[in-house]
Amino acid sequence: MKRKSKHSIPTKYTLLVLTIICVIVMFVSFTLNLSGGPLNSVAGYIFVPMQKGINQVGTWIVNQADELASLRSVMRKNKELQAQVDELTQELNTIKLEQYELDNLRELMELDQKYPSYDKVAARVIGNDGGNWFSTFLIDKGENDGIEKDMNVIAGSGLVGIVIDTGPNYAKVRSIIDDASNVSGMALSTADRCIVNGNLVSMNESQVIQFSDLKCEDDAVKTGEQVVTSHISDKYLEGILIGYVNTIDRDSNNLTYSGTITPAVDFQHLQEVLVVLDKKTVNNQNSRKNN
Amino acid sequence: MRRKLTVFLIISVCFLLQCTLFQALAFASISPNLLIVATSAFGFMRGRKEGMWIGFFSGLLLDLFFGSVIGFNALVYAYIGYINGFFRKRFFPDDIKLPLILIAASDLSYNMLVYFFLFFLRGRFRFGYYFLHIMLPELVYTILVTIVLYFVILNINQKLESIEKRSASKFV
Repeated sequence: MKRKSKHSIPTKYTLLVLTIICVIVMFVSFTLNLSGGPLNSVAGYIFVPMQKGINQVGTWIVNQADELASLRSVMRKNKELQAQVDELTQELNTIKLEQYELDNLRELMELDQKYPSYDKVAARVIGNDGGNWFSTFLIDKGENDGIEKDMNVIAGSGLVGIVIDTGPNYAKVRSIIDDASNVSGMALSTADRCIVNGNLVSMNESQVIQFSDLKCEDDAVKTGEQVVTSHISDKYLEGILIGYVNTIDRDSNNLTYSGTITPAVDFQHLQEVLVVLDKKTVNNQNSRKNN
Repeated sequence: MRRKLTVFLIISVCFLLQCTLFQALAFASISPNLLIVATSAFGFMRGRKEGMWIGFFSGLLLDLFFGSVIGFNALVYAYIGYINGFFRKRFFPDDIKLPLILIAASDLSYNMLVYFFLFFLRGRFRFGYYFLHIMLPELVYTILVTIVLYFVILNINQKLESIEKRSASKFV
């Protein structure tokens, strides 16, 4: 070992070289939007199985604990839910009638169904961002399962985020509550568009994210309004629920509104997500070809 | 070779714990930074060169899995390891004050750099808030974890060093 160190380059220069390499890689990956490439695959094959293992053990323990704790609350919940079922059944009947009417009208107008049912793949969350600044996470499905960059990720009925990088057996997802995330959204009832951006401060303080630049008629959008992804976004599919308006205020320019949104998804306890295999960009290209 | 394998294992374990177990154990959605502890500890135990390389690879791992730009964490961690290496001469295994101070300073400066480059430059100016609600809690949590993790790393390193010495004396 000693002989080796006599001939090796001083650490100063190695550090300089590393610095230069890192800066170049940063610029390249920033401008060209490249990811690790082969490094991704190597790292993926080494670490993802281990993460999966740890997670399986963890979820098993949590599940055992939960089962014991929740039995009583489930009994109580059951009663409440039974009441709710009765109520909802009634409601459903009315809605069915309306749906029937709507279908008829659509047929008449020869409209395509507005929201086609997308192909989805279920995936498990296997790792969260190591730091405290951003909220990206890893899922256990990757290129091998047909997942590509820019695919939308949902859980339940709400939007979780978007795939920003893939490896062979894992994919990296940026959630909409991430501080660097921006989504083009719109208010469901009025179709007024806005920008929804994740915010670390508001998420930390009151579990909400922010929206801005909402142009709408005077007070047309109220608290509780559903915000969905808009039709002009080039990455997010149209009509996925983002959340509900929590607070709304008129901006000082008197033209636009901004405020906060409560996300529809519980990001604290995210275990399983669905990746939508249809990409919006592809659809656009297809329709352009058709035109 | 034995050392490289061991260090690789330590980094992997820290990384895996950091992004799985400790995310679940997070207090108020704040989790500790184990990789900084490993990088910094090897920096002042083994010197600039090893600190730098260990930092570089830990950072690269974070970049590959969670970074938005590849190379940022690698660079920052490499510098943290390198700078910690300057304190090798003042480091004595029995004294825990210096390691604690160094690791705390490393964690804080890492967070400052992340704040400056990835938040301040995007127009998030509320430094006070981020300092109080992200950096400080992480610092405290990391130091708590350090008290355990540091002794583990120290023990492993001392065992490795004694094995290396033995095999070196055989050749003489």
